This record gives sequence, C-alpha cells and structure tokens, in this order.
Amino acid sequence: MQPDAFFRRRRLQSALFFIAIVAITYGGMVLTQFDLVQGLGIIPRAFAWGVVNFVPDERAWARLPRILEKLQETVLVAVASSTIASIFGLGLALLGANTTRPHPWFSLPARAIASVFRNIDVSVWALILLFSFGQSGFTGFFALFFVTFGFITRVMVETIDEVGIEPVEALRATGAGYAAIISQSVIPACLPQLISWVLYMIETNIRSATLVGILTGTGIGFLFDLYFKNFSYGSASLVVLTTVAAVLIIEAVSNYIRRTIL
Amino acid sequence: MSLLELDQVTKRYGAETLALDSISFSVQPGEFVAIIGPSGAGKSTLLRCINRLIDVTSGDIRFDGVSVPQLRGPALRRHRTQIGMIFQHYNLVNRLSVIENVLHGRLGYKNTLQGILGLYSEEEKREAVRIIETLGLSEQMYKRCDQLSGGQKQRVGIARALVQQPKMLLCDEPIASLDPSSAKVIMDTLQEINRSTGITVLVNLHQVDVALHYAERIIGVNRGRVIYDGPPHALSNAQIYQIYGSEAGELILDLKERYAA
Repeated sequence: MQPDAFFRRRRLQSALFFIAIVAITYGGMVLTQFDLVQGLGIIPRAFAWGVVNFVPDERAWARLPRILEKLQETVLVAVASSTIASIFGLGLALLGANTTRPHPWFSLPARAIASVFRNIDVSVWALILLFSFGQSGFTGFFALFFVTFGFITRVMVETIDEVGIEPVEALRATGAGYAAIISQSVIPACLPQLISWVLYMIETNIRSATLVGILTGTGIGFLFDLYFKNFSYGSASLVVLTTVAAVLIIEAVSNYIRRTIL
Repeated sequence: MSLLELDQVTKRYGAETLALDSISFSVQPGEFVAIIGPSGAGKSTLLRCINRLIDVTSGDIRFDGVSVPQLRGPALRRHRTQIGMIFQHYNLVNRLSVIENVLHGRLGYKNTLQGILGLYSEEEKREAVRIIETLGLSEQMYKRCDQLSGGQKQRVGIARALVQQPKMLLCDEPIASLDPSSAKVIMDTLQEINRSTGITVLVNLHQVDVALHYAERIIGVNRGRVIYDGPPHALSNAQIYQIYGSEAGELILDLKERYAA
C-alpha cells in the first residue's frame, strides 16, 4: 500500500469514528428529551437555590446534638465492622496465600469467597441483608463487614505472597510450628500494609455507612433522609457538613498513623 | 557411626523431571563437605531433602540414626531443630531486629502458645546475645535487619542457625549474593564454627575455588547424580569438567592459573 493511500484511510477512519460519536450523543439527547441549553442554564439557578436552602438555619443548629450522636454511632459501626472484618479477612488470606496455605486446595476457594464478597457492592449487600435483619443497625454493620472482609482478604493474599516465602522457609527449617511461623514471620512482615489497608477501609466505610444508612434507616443516613424528605434542607445540610468534617478528621488521623508506622 | 546417610535418594518433579537420581553418600560427624555443581544440578533440592523442606520420592535418609522420610508432626519438628540452615538470600524477617531474628532459631523448641507469643527464656536470650557477639554483630543487635549489609545479614542467618544448637549446618549457596570480602568472612566463619564446635557443615557452592580451599571433602553433582566424592586434592580438572559439563571452559582455565600461581 502506498503511504498516501494509508493516510487517506486513516483520516477516513477517524472521521467516521467522530461522526458515529456525535450521532450516538445526539440520538441519546433526543431519546431522553435532554436540552443542552436548558441543562447548562439551570446550573446557576441550582447554585442559588443551594446557597439559600442549604445554609444550616437555627432549627438545624438546635438539632446538632442529635446529629452528632447519630454521626458517632455511624462512625463506630464503620470502625467496628472494618476492624472485625479485617481479622476474619486476614484469617482467610492466610489460608489462600501461596506461601501460607495449609494445602494447595485451600487457595482457589479462599480467593473465590473473597471475590464474591468484594464484587457485590455495599449497597447491594445492604438491600440483600434488609430481608434478613430489617431496618436495623445489623444490616448496615454486616453490609460493611462483608465488603471489607472480601477486600482485605484479597489485598492481604497479595501482600503475603509479595513478602515472599523466604522467611517462612527459614522458620520451617528451624522446626517452628505453623502458628509460630505465622505470628513470628508472616504477620510482622505484613503488618504495615495490613494496618494501612484497615485504615483505608475505615475511611471508605464511614462514607459508605452514610449511604447504607439511607437504605437501612439507621445512623446518620437516616437523619439525612428524614430531614431532606421533611423539606428541612438546613438540617440535612448540617448532616452533610458534619459528615464531611468527620471524614476529613478520620483521614487526617489515619494519615498520621500511617506516617508513624511506615 | 555416620551422622548422615543417604541411600538411593531420588526426587522426581512430575513425570519428567528427575532432580535427584539415586544419590548415596554418608557424612561423618565434624566433616566439612562442599557440594559443587552447575545451576539446576539438584544441589538445593538435595539439602532440602535432608531437613525435609522437600519430600523425597524414594530412598532413605538417616540422620543420627533416625529415618527422615517417614517423620511426621512433632518428630519432624524435633529433627529440624537439630539441623541449622543458611540461605543464599538470608531469609530474614527484614522488619524485625537482629536479636529477634536470631531468637527465631529457638522456635522449634516451643509449644504452640510460646511460639505464637514469642516467649523466650532468659537463658535463651543470653545465648543469643553471646552468639551475636561472637559473630561481631554486637553493635547491630537492636537494628532492623533491612539496615544491614549483605555480609551482616548472612551472619545473622548463621547466628539464627547456631542458636538452635544444631548437630549439622546446611548452607545453600551462602556466599552467592555477597561481594568477595564478605564472602571470605562468611566462609571463614563457617570453617571456624566447624573447627571449634565440631558441628558438621554441608555447604552448596557455585565457586569451585572456594570449595577447594575450604572443604575437606568435595561431592560433585551433575543432573542429580554424584559424579565425584572425595578429597579436594584428588579432584582432577577432567573431573571438574565432567561435573560442570561443557559450560565450564573458562572456569577451568581460571583454576589452572590459580594452581600455577
């Protein structure tokens, strides 16, 4: 093929591709009756409405103690579910990792279990668990627990395998038992990564817990839902602001811990 | 009575690969034996069969009168406590201090709870300190192992093996990752341990010249078979050529120059 012909074909391909994208976008706008001009025009009005309605009013500040109480509850559920799930996740990771599995057969089931728990989203878990536990704190707790369990198992399997078989082999050669090898060599070697991942899951879970609370009618999410649906936008806004503050504080604390241990 | 006896030891990986092909030899207490051979000759597999990090396919290994291939559970752990192992890559827990790594050598003597909690007696700690001092690591005692040089790490590895109070040391390429001067320190240390305490040393080596210099006895291995077993001075260049195969042309020239010098 001549260079000229090659580049002509290239240009034609690019043009066709561009036309196709424009056509799909326009088709989508027609189907959904989306008006671009109106859509953009609404943004300033949305801002104005937000500024007027989402500034916490006096009634909202009166509700602060109740909001903080629910926020505390939500944060504690997130921390508790993250840490407890991490312990179980570490246990399953030890069974699944190549260097620490008691038998090669353990590897695949352990990874499969982790994959199922991790790949189902936390909101889906919450909906599933609503059937078993109803609108209670347990639903949220277990939804966060399951996702954390799957996630920690997966990352710790990788961490354990990354740390390598060498120290494990050395301790086996001294005649050390399985439990001693795990606690004296594998855990110390993986500890910084483990703590770092647990902190990450606590941060993530505080955010998720707010959403899960809306679904399950518990914690800070419930309060937000309640105020918002009662048109108490000022109070709903205060809920959002305190949640954001809590997330930032937790993140600052966990960053500090991370810097100290690593 | 010999300390270690291998009788027709064979190790197969899958149906195809024959790592060890009916290897037989025996080692007397207090011997310093070097096993030489090219990469993939089965040297590492051979050492790991002795402390059962790898299971043999057939044949018998007797250590101190006990048949090794059938050992299970506590008996296997007791067997391993009597054999210290030193690795090419030191195999330390890098985030822990020197003394913690050295004390790991005592874990074979612990029950489950003591092992999990890492409970060591005063006497064990004193012994660990003494060994660390003998190996010239006093100043590094509380440093993390990732701050040490390669030679220092290997000395920690030796200390961990010695604190087991073993009858024998298995050294798997102990100097392959070290610079020449650190390598000399490590080999001198192993020789000194062998001479002063009478601990039997079985060392896998890549470097023929090092083996000839330190060992009282050479076992040459190629493709899982013992090609030579005897004193270093009786090892001819032709036999070295046989052990290392055709890849050893330059190596043999090197050795000739050494002998001439």
